[in-house]
Amino acid sequence: MSSLDKETVRRIAFLSRINVSEEGLGELAGDLTRILDFVEELQEVDVEGCDPLTSVADLTLPMRKDEVTDGNIQQKVLSNAPMTDAGCFVVPKVVE
Amino acid sequence: MTDLTNLTLAEARDGLAKGDYTSVELTEAHIKSMEAHRNLNAYITETPDKALDMAKASDAKRAKGDAGKMEGLPIAIKDLFCTEGVQTTAASHILEGFKPEYESTVTTNLFNNGAVMLGKANLDEFAMGSSNTSSYYGNVINPWKGKDGKDLVPGGSSGGSAAAVAAGMALAATGTDTGGSIRQPASYCGIVGLKPTYGRCSRWGIVAFASSLDQAGPMTKTVRDAAIMLGAMAGHDAKDSTSAPVAVPDFEAALTGDIRGMKIGIPKEYRVDNMPEEINKLWDNGIAMLRDAGAEVVDVTLPHTKYALGTYYIVAPAEASSNLARYDGLRYGQRVMDEGDSLDDMYMKSRAAGFGKEVQRRIMIGTYVLSAGYYDAYYNKALKVRRRIYQDFATAFGTVDAILAPTAPSAAFAIGENEDDPVKMYLNDVFTVPASLAGLPGLSVPTGLSSEGLPLGLQLIGKPFDEETVLRVGGVLETASNFTAKPAGQEG
Repeated sequence: MSSLDKETVRRIAFLSRINVSEEGLGELAGDLTRILDFVEELQEVDVEGCDPLTSVADLTLPMRKDEVTDGNIQQKVLSNAPMTDAGCFVVPKVVE
Repeated sequence: MTDLTNLTLAEARDGLAKGDYTSVELTEAHIKSMEAHRNLNAYITETPDKALDMAKASDAKRAKGDAGKMEGLPIAIKDLFCTEGVQTTAASHILEGFKPEYESTVTTNLFNNGAVMLGKANLDEFAMGSSNTSSYYGNVINPWKGKDGKDLVPGGSSGGSAAAVAAGMALAATGTDTGGSIRQPASYCGIVGLKPTYGRCSRWGIVAFASSLDQAGPMTKTVRDAAIMLGAMAGHDAKDSTSAPVAVPDFEAALTGDIRGMKIGIPKEYRVDNMPEEINKLWDNGIAMLRDAGAEVVDVTLPHTKYALGTYYIVAPAEASSNLARYDGLRYGQRVMDEGDSLDDMYMKSRAAGFGKEVQRRIMIGTYVLSAGYYDAYYNKALKVRRRIYQDFATAFGTVDAILAPTAPSAAFAIGENEDDPVKMYLNDVFTVPASLAGLPGLSVPTGLSSEGLPLGLQLIGKPFDEETVLRVGGVLETASNFTAKPAGQEG
């Protein structure tokens, strides 16, 4: 049984970059613990000598020439941004 | 004239070809139906003007003697497919107002084949759910009602697509299936839903949930319609490196009705404890129908079935946590920021306000199982169990041509049920998730009614890229079960 405490949930929430209120942490700890308990049964499966399956697509990823195939679409790239300036995305100040 | 909204895709195609009506007439009838059924909330965005423009263009194209596979046929598009210039939300607040500058490959293929878009169908937020109750744009209501008349869920995540087809608000709809999101709502709404083999349809331009599982497919009134529509959606696409470079067969030609000598596997592990008697009976009836049609029914074993849900609820959230990292309040979507906020504050506030509860839970579970110290115990372990599940199917398909099982463990449930515990909701996917993990095609066909008078579906699972067998056997089930029931008010 793995049980997540509030501190662990606070850390996961930060790693996920999702703001969670103090009360929310308690509720999430309960929900996430229930989900982890549910998946706990995987531990009993014998996977000795079994490679992880990362893709069911039975093919080698194709290679292509390293060349520019599109571009000059600055307006399209920016058209859905919440804030732009001079052809750039605007972010909060990150350097003091 | 018959009500054009009662037609199947195949009937409408043939009627258009004969000149019985035009695409504009067909489209207008569906726009009226869309307006009449707004109480079901099946669409997030209706696009009647675009639909009529497309229909006019289609009629003109046909007049010149040029008709595609779905020429002039009005359909709904799940609001997970990017559609150029038309709001695409993934049913999330964070994408409210997002208008893609490009068209997904699947919708491009459909439109090139002549299909007309009526609007963008509702779904669970980011396709995460089995009830369509996690949409920011409200619940979808199943057109079917139980005896007590309560509002029922349409299933999820492609709940709007399923409800739209069942209620005659579209001739057909696109869906996407990650762990059952086409098949389970098809079963709940009494329609046909086909999840193709992973790689059959391009994922390019579909809002990503779990990239190793996501696959687009048709949701239709009949098996023949599913064959027609898959043919218009599928095909290799250089823009999706996991899209398979294989030819698209004529799926409709596979519907010969002849399954004599075929071997159909019955997986004993799907006879789960607490299975409702009516689901067992539905399954037994399906077995009898296939046997009567000349198929040989054999028992197969898929020993790791009971671990599929646990595997899925590690793998899918892990991939989701990575995919949904792109919603950063910077490049598109909602931004929440106050004076003096740091970059992290802005990310955290935007994502807290933009994502609903279930999406937040899945991102966090995914983040946890991928985090240092837990990666091997959870994520890597799940990937190894996934291979076991994959191998189970490969072994079974060494001896059988297709597998028959129920689609879901119950009929549609009331809105609000199963909401108290996330795990309870996950159990709805118990029969659909294994085929998703193995990347196999799965078809849900309505074959009976529950004691409450609600539709129930059976599922056929096939070998990779053998949708043809699944469709052929599905066609036989459809004919034998003669499922003609319709939701109240939809009787032809």
